[in-house]
Amino acid sequence: MPDFARLYDVLVVGGGNAALCAAITARRAGASVILCEASPPPLRGGNSRHTRNLRALHPGPTQVLTDSYLEEEYWDDLNRVTGGKTNEDLARMCIRASQHAPDFLASCGVVFQPSLSGTLSLSRTNAFFLGGGKALVNALYREAAKLGIVLLTDTEVQHIQVEEGHATEAIISHCGFPQRIRFKALVAASGGFQANRNWLREYWGDAADNFQIRGTPYAQGTILKDLLAQGVQQVGDPTQFHAVANDARAPMEDGGLAMRLDCVPFSLVVNRDVERFYDEGEDVWPKRYAIWGRLIAQQPGQIALAVTDSKAVLNFLPSVYPPYKADSIREIAQMAGFDADKLEKVVADFNAAVRPGTFKPMVPDDCSTEGLVPPKSHWARRIDTPPYYAYPLRPGITFTFLGVKVNDKARVLMADGKPSANMFASGEIMSGNILGQGYLAGFGMTLGTVFGRLAGEGAARHVRN
Amino acid sequence: MSATEMSKLDLLLQEATEIESDAYQDARRQMAVCNACRYCEGYCAVFPAMAARREFEKADLTHLANLCHNCKGCFHACQYAPPHAFGINIPATFATIRQESYAEFAWPAGMGKLFDRNGTLVAGAATLFVTLALVLTVLIRDPAVLFSAQTGTGAFFRIIPLWLINLLAGGSFGFAVVAMTLGAIRYWRGTGGMGGSFQPAPAVDAAVDVLTLRNLGGGGHGCNDLDDSFAQHRRWLHQAMFFGFMLCFAATTTGAIYHHIFGWRSPHAFLSLPVQFGTWGGVLLCIGTAGLLWVKTVTDPAPVARKLMGGEYALLGLLFLIGSTGLLLLVVRHTGAMGIMLALHFGLVLALFVVLPYSKMVHGIYRSIALLRNAREKRPA
Repeated sequence: MPDFARLYDVLVVGGGNAALCAAITARRAGASVILCEASPPPLRGGNSRHTRNLRALHPGPTQVLTDSYLEEEYWDDLNRVTGGKTNEDLARMCIRASQHAPDFLASCGVVFQPSLSGTLSLSRTNAFFLGGGKALVNALYREAAKLGIVLLTDTEVQHIQVEEGHATEAIISHCGFPQRIRFKALVAASGGFQANRNWLREYWGDAADNFQIRGTPYAQGTILKDLLAQGVQQVGDPTQFHAVANDARAPMEDGGLAMRLDCVPFSLVVNRDVERFYDEGEDVWPKRYAIWGRLIAQQPGQIALAVTDSKAVLNFLPSVYPPYKADSIREIAQMAGFDADKLEKVVADFNAAVRPGTFKPMVPDDCSTEGLVPPKSHWARRIDTPPYYAYPLRPGITFTFLGVKVNDKARVLMADGKPSANMFASGEIMSGNILGQGYLAGFGMTLGTVFGRLAGEGAARHVRN
Repeated sequence: MSATEMSKLDLLLQEATEIESDAYQDARRQMAVCNACRYCEGYCAVFPAMAARREFEKADLTHLANLCHNCKGCFHACQYAPPHAFGINIPATFATIRQESYAEFAWPAGMGKLFDRNGTLVAGAATLFVTLALVLTVLIRDPAVLFSAQTGTGAFFRIIPLWLINLLAGGSFGFAVVAMTLGAIRYWRGTGGMGGSFQPAPAVDAAVDVLTLRNLGGGGHGCNDLDDSFAQHRRWLHQAMFFGFMLCFAATTTGAIYHHIFGWRSPHAFLSLPVQFGTWGGVLLCIGTAGLLWVKTVTDPAPVARKLMGGEYALLGLLFLIGSTGLLLLVVRHTGAMGIMLALHFGLVLALFVVLPYSKMVHGIYRSIALLRNAREKRPA
């Protein structure tokens, strides 16, 4: 039983990468640390459990990263995916610090591996965790336990008492029993609110019922809402999130990475009304996978159907659930519950618009359509070789961007613009400071590690002074 | 449909369910998740071999299951491990399939049933043959000889006659070799056959994998022997057991060569080859088996196929007893306790030879074949 009578130096709310990086950093700096993870032990780690890599700046080849990836290119990539909706100073600080993120994680026992197949060809920019995010989470928990951090699972932080920008104590539910934790500094690293469907409904209405939550069901946004209600400054558009094209048959929560479908660039995609709505071949999939979740979320019924044929079926990773498979477009449409006449016409129109080209699956090739609206700019080949395949798509939400405002030391800012005396934040709960919209693969873990370390450092320094 | 047709249909259905056990069906479901995830590709040979496939026929699953070294890295790294709804547990599922494949390919065919209650079988065989050896020794030999110190050339054979040793040990071992060879051929055919001519390079790759237990290295930093932390306990303990066993085998072989070719009779001097092989082999065998028993006892039970534990404990226990009675025999060989100890040791060895083709010992053969098949897939001819 943990000692709830004690005054801890640092309370860390959350149990994923951002929380653990903060907890370990603060403990290494000499602070006593208690960490509260809402989930039971096997599901600990928040969304980090489902991650696979982090994006790191590197001036030259490292053991796991090829070539180099410098600040300007990284910034350029980030600026492009966010459409300029970012904070350049904070983003550049994060990018520069990302160079040291892999070494820090390695110092905690995280093992990296060279990237292999099925990894969206990210070996230059992203460092991959051997075994994936859960192996990383395991390593961080082992390191945290070794350092003597008090690690509580099945422990939900429900309320933080904040007085004039100063947090004093937390009301928690520990294994279902109410408790209080007193502390000198707070690190909020409890994620976004994506698993809170009622909150999503405030912005999305009934459409929210059709969103699949890819990650942890414990991201309820309880502390995010609690802090915003107590004078902490809000950042980010509440309707923005990182979302991908998920298999419509996936579980509504916690389906994780394996539910995403990579078939879009090699398919034709229609919405419920059997209309194409976006250029499936606009760019290579690693640069487009993160916009498709939102695109589908904006379609009627939040459902889409990707149709392709036997020529393309080996160009992307297999799906967990078998695709609809039939010898005619009509049968495919019937299996998927889409209007067969319309789908036949859409495919016929598409096939008629395809111009000859040389198909190259990994790079933007010259296979495109002519006179089609919207066009398919690359990888456009006639869908004419049975058996035909189809995959139903729904938006798969990874995490929301609404968050608490922080400065470049991960210190939480109050509504009046003044920094909080003793509150820090890291990870998804502050992602909106940099991600105004869009997503860059592996950036979430970079954000968590960089701001986690800053938050841990800041909290420990506050306690020492 | 007539009654005969119905019963035919029933038979076919029954056959189909016999061919595809729950473990195979569950493994196929799990492979669909794993093949879309692929986070574990850095761990061992199973996952790259899986990624090279899109369909998982029964033969593919048997091959992958026997390629699995049960290091448990994939379980502890799995975002979909229980209590997640997908409930992915490759180590336990593959262990079950391995056991089913041992039974399926066992020769002669009906003997596969012996894998069902394997702990009872191995423990029972050990008890039976130790008892038999003791009773026979007492019956054949004058108790005065049995309990008195025997020294000089041929001391052992005054306790158990050489012809009897040759008949029982040679006979049972010979049968085991035949049964396991036929089992290996059945397994090789059952998991896809030759698929091309013999290639030396993959055979070398496979031999290196077998001898170094590379796949128990977890991609460099070890396996999850006990929990989610990384270690190489199982790798080194298994190496101690394996090479200890091989040294013991070398001791018997050199002993036989001394006896039959050079006419040198046991007991041999402590520094002679057979005794040196046997001593160090016995020490390594005891360390390895005791260590593996310890690992099995304290390991996180979640990724363990509990149904198979009996057979595994019993076999490790038997090997430990063989190693330890062999060492004790060396210690007491000039005293009156030698007779009983020799009978004990001989009974245990005989039990091992008898259960050899129907125990976990066969995993070495199927694992080696799986590694060979994997090496051939990686280096297409």
